[in-house]
Amino acid sequence: MTLLALDWAFLIEKLVLIVIIVFASLGIALYTTFGERKVAAILQDRPGPNRAGPFGLLQPLADGLKLIMKEEIIPNASSKWLFIIGPGLAMTASLMTCAVIPWGTAVHLFGRIIELQVADVNIGILYVFAVVSMGVYGIMIGGWASNNKLSLMSALRAASQAISYEIAMGLALIALLMTTGSLSLKTIVADQVTGHYWNIVYQPLGFLIFFICAMAECNRTPFDLPEAENELNFGYHQEYSSMKLGFYLFAEYVNMIMSSAIMACMYFGGYDLPFFDESTVAPNIAAMIGVGTLLIKIVLFIFLFMWIRWTIPRFRYDQLMNLGWKKMIPLALFNMLLTGALILSKL
Amino acid sequence: MNVLEILFYALSVFALASAIMVLISKNPIHSVLWLILVFFAISGHYILLNAQFLAIVNIIVYAGAIMVLFLFVIMLINVKKDKEPQKQLFVKFIGVIAGGSLLTLLIALVKQTDSILGEKVLLKEGTIGLIHPLGKALFSDYVIPFEISSVLFLSAMVGAVLIGKK
Repeated sequence: MTLLALDWAFLIEKLVLIVIIVFASLGIALYTTFGERKVAAILQDRPGPNRAGPFGLLQPLADGLKLIMKEEIIPNASSKWLFIIGPGLAMTASLMTCAVIPWGTAVHLFGRIIELQVADVNIGILYVFAVVSMGVYGIMIGGWASNNKLSLMSALRAASQAISYEIAMGLALIALLMTTGSLSLKTIVADQVTGHYWNIVYQPLGFLIFFICAMAECNRTPFDLPEAENELNFGYHQEYSSMKLGFYLFAEYVNMIMSSAIMACMYFGGYDLPFFDESTVAPNIAAMIGVGTLLIKIVLFIFLFMWIRWTIPRFRYDQLMNLGWKKMIPLALFNMLLTGALILSKL
Repeated sequence: MNVLEILFYALSVFALASAIMVLISKNPIHSVLWLILVFFAISGHYILLNAQFLAIVNIIVYAGAIMVLFLFVIMLINVKKDKEPQKQLFVKFIGVIAGGSLLTLLIALVKQTDSILGEKVLLKEGTIGLIHPLGKALFSDYVIPFEISSVLFLSAMVGAVLIGKK
């Protein structure tokens, strides 16, 4: 019987890892909503949420409970199945990215060497790219299925914005891949740990382009045109209520965490703690230090996202398109040419 | 049956069922969404053949970009079921006959070719689908067709920009 000739221990190990990573991501996303409100409050010189629990720390739990307890409303004129699939798809796509992120070096547990990465595929970055391009379907399907013209307008905006900025993002990535010579995130991080410098030193312009495009892909202000409430009432999730709305709002935060993790891995050395030799401590402790370092980098990026959101006002739609097509893409092409020329001159 | 065979049959059923749903869905939006599922099933087949690069590019280009544009256009022009012009029965009948003859012809052709008869599919073997061998092959053995097709893409892009400016 060869049907069940699987390595069951391997399967269980990966399953446990997936469950831990997904729930950790959701937990961080929960407290990112709290962080967002606190950061906004600090930037606007007001106290922010401070009633539920010490320092308002129970606020996200109260918010989640409120969303779940609300009445589910599915509009009569909507396409019911697609209306339900939409938020699920948005959430799935944003969580799928975490499969290829290397969270740390290997851990030794129960006599096994456990890699802290769900899948080391040799096309890691392209996988991330594919998942990102899937993310827009959640918004498009939800916006269309609501049968509301403002939702539809917003869904179309989201799609065109995502497609426009994906091009510049891909071009910035190509320049990075030219320097690393590998598409596997694990190899990219490992090269930065053993090499002298992080990739940001070689690709500062590429990082800037990637960061701006990531912000646009996450629909964060100043690129949150799909949610421009003064033009579109509320955006693509206007007809949604209860936890379906919660999924859409939550997916944005998960997206933010994942793009922060990707940026940390590709440009800022991933789990590498600078000026510290991991081989001097036990492998398990080194792995824990690595995970902690990556989490700190992610939190710093999220703070940067929030800082920008509460500082810069929203673009107009034509400004957004001009920035994407007439500035970002030529700049990314220039960056690519420059990288190519530098690599050639070094040979 | 081993795991690979089970995956192969499951993906095939998934692909064929989704493809049939593309044809019989009344609503064009639903057709597009089923077509996206077909692309996913085909990408699954590519992964079984160890062509990871092809699989992911299939998803990025077809499912991620082209289908979004399809969806975009259909949502914008807002095709309604009752407004869609209904074809006459006669036209449908002719279409079935023409399509059926083409299918028969293709099957007959495949049955006659000697080169693929008795060949085994390289499941999880072969490295041509991985990114390093593929890049080497494209830029050494097939460099002229590759460059010519890139010029073709460039001219298509210039054409699109020109039409867009009018």
